[in-house]
Amino acid sequence: MGAMATDTLSRVFAALADPTRRDIVARLAEGDATVGQLAGPYSMTLQAVYKHLRVLEDAGLVSRPPGPQPRPVRLETEVLTQMEIWIERYRQRAEQRYRRLDALLATMSPIDDKDGADDVNDRRDDHRG
Amino acid sequence: MSTTAETTIEADPKLPIIRMTREFAATPGQLFRAHTDPALFARWVGPGAASTRIDHWDARTGGSWRYIATVGGTEHAFRGCFHEVRPDRIVQTFTYEGEPDGVALETLWFEDLGGGRSRLRSQSLADSFEGRDAWLASGMESGVNEGYAKLQRMVDDGAV
Repeated sequence: MGAMATDTLSRVFAALADPTRRDIVARLAEGDATVGQLAGPYSMTLQAVYKHLRVLEDAGLVSRPPGPQPRPVRLETEVLTQMEIWIERYRQRAEQRYRRLDALLATMSPIDDKDGADDVNDRRDDHRG
Repeated sequence: MSTTAETTIEADPKLPIIRMTREFAATPGQLFRAHTDPALFARWVGPGAASTRIDHWDARTGGSWRYIATVGGTEHAFRGCFHEVRPDRIVQTFTYEGEPDGVALETLWFEDLGGGRSRLRSQSLADSFEGRDAWLASGMESGVNEGYAKLQRMVDDGAV
């Protein structure tokens, strides 16, 4: 993970910030579709749909593999998987935080006294490595 | 060790929101105190190897807060306002001063499950998808192993 992954994620989030593009992604999750099929439900020009698809392509979310016309649009699940990895790491950091909270709560009395946790040794400055 | 269920997370696909849920072997009152008493809050907020210094803390409706986390000699400051503080819910703003234009709205709910257990639900609304992105990506460098080491020491020290 580095700057490259961060940039990818930025583009993915920016691409998915638009409701039409989220809808396109949701529909492609059910299967490949041509641009014409994708444009069907929308009251917008084909050009506008192409514009949305370009943003999704730049983010790596969709691709249009070369082949005979009309080329189908395909969802690239690899990028979404990367997003899931980042969300999972965020979750793990929260879980670490909450395990520290577990340990602290275990030292507190259920009664709402003000000095229930004073018996915990403060080891915050104990750095390692 | 406790048998508490792990944190669940949900990143809303339509809004720049992160929702999390976690159960604790504690009363809602204890959970509330661990979030509003600055000395207690500084003990667990982390990140793992950080020493957290509370600069300002007024955990009342309309109050504000600021703390500084030191990681590897670098200081990171965070601040916000307590929009509403009540026993079952805290609503506050959250800004990382390294990204001073970004502000998130956080809501915490403390739910009583009975039998000395409670559920913490949190919702963090970033001001853009890019903001949530930066948020998710932040802290990636903080040592996971250091965090676990510190956790282990706290578990060893505590009455677990």
